[in-house]
Amino acid sequence: MKLECKHVWEHISEYIDQTVDAKLREEIEKHLEHCEICSAVLDSTRNILVLTADGRTFELPVGYSERLHERLEEELKKKK
Amino acid sequence: MMETRGTTEAELIARILAGQTELFHELIRPYERMVYMTVFSVVKNEAEAEDGAQEAMISAYRHLASFRGDAKFSTWLVTIAINEGRKRLRKAKNAAEESIDEPTEGQEGEFTPALLTDWREIPSEALERKELREALRTAVAELPGIYRQVFTLRDLEELNVEETARALGIQPGAVKVRLHRARMMLQKRLVPFLKAAAPSRGRWFGRAL
Repeated sequence: MKLECKHVWEHISEYIDQTVDAKLREEIEKHLEHCEICSAVLDSTRNILVLTADGRTFELPVGYSERLHERLEEELKKKK
Repeated sequence: MMETRGTTEAELIARILAGQTELFHELIRPYERMVYMTVFSVVKNEAEAEDGAQEAMISAYRHLASFRGDAKFSTWLVTIAINEGRKRLRKAKNAAEESIDEPTEGQEGEFTPALLTDWREIPSEALERKELREALRTAVAELPGIYRQVFTLRDLEELNVEETARALGIQPGAVKVRLHRARMMLQKRLVPFLKAAAPSRGRWFGRAL
């Protein structure tokens, strides 16, 4: 069975998360071998996930941790 | 702290409940970032997110005795953070602007990827560029809330599908659908930036995740 591009896109997230079953996985991989468009979609989506996981992309406000623990300290002192 | 090294979370919690309240600092340290990012994914405002993260942690401390241990502590904390964020969102003037309820289904076209007919290699240096990270932050901020929250918990904080479903109070199936759509919307938004960063022809095999 030959997969259409649209079908590949529908499963691209599950493919990245490795939750597609073996048969579908094989079909997707076969499709990717000759389809530059779908390969590009896969690569660009993966790039975004790599960037997302990069700690510099989503940063905490400077001093956040210190302020958090100061605030907690006040609360912890309050009562037992 | 030396004395707590190797202490399990369950032990820490038991000791805090027994009166060693100082240990709460230790207990939440691994989750500071997660709680902030979770509240931020709902309120989309730094000051509100920080204040909300503090409130969520205090709430966790006050309700620690009600933590059952049938869920992971991290999932329990994220649930509190989501609820704190939602409470703030409801209070905010612009609450009507972004619904926290079930999604209105968009056009299918919104969730199909952008096609690159002239795809070129993206060198890893390109991913180092500040503008790309900035563009991603903006694109995530502009996602509809229901997608942004799932994306944050799954791809940023790396919760699994079940944990994400539990924290958001939705079905695992909805987590999968929303995550897929979020990724496709981001791909569409980011492709122009990824393309601009690509100088030479060739196939780039994305780093396996």
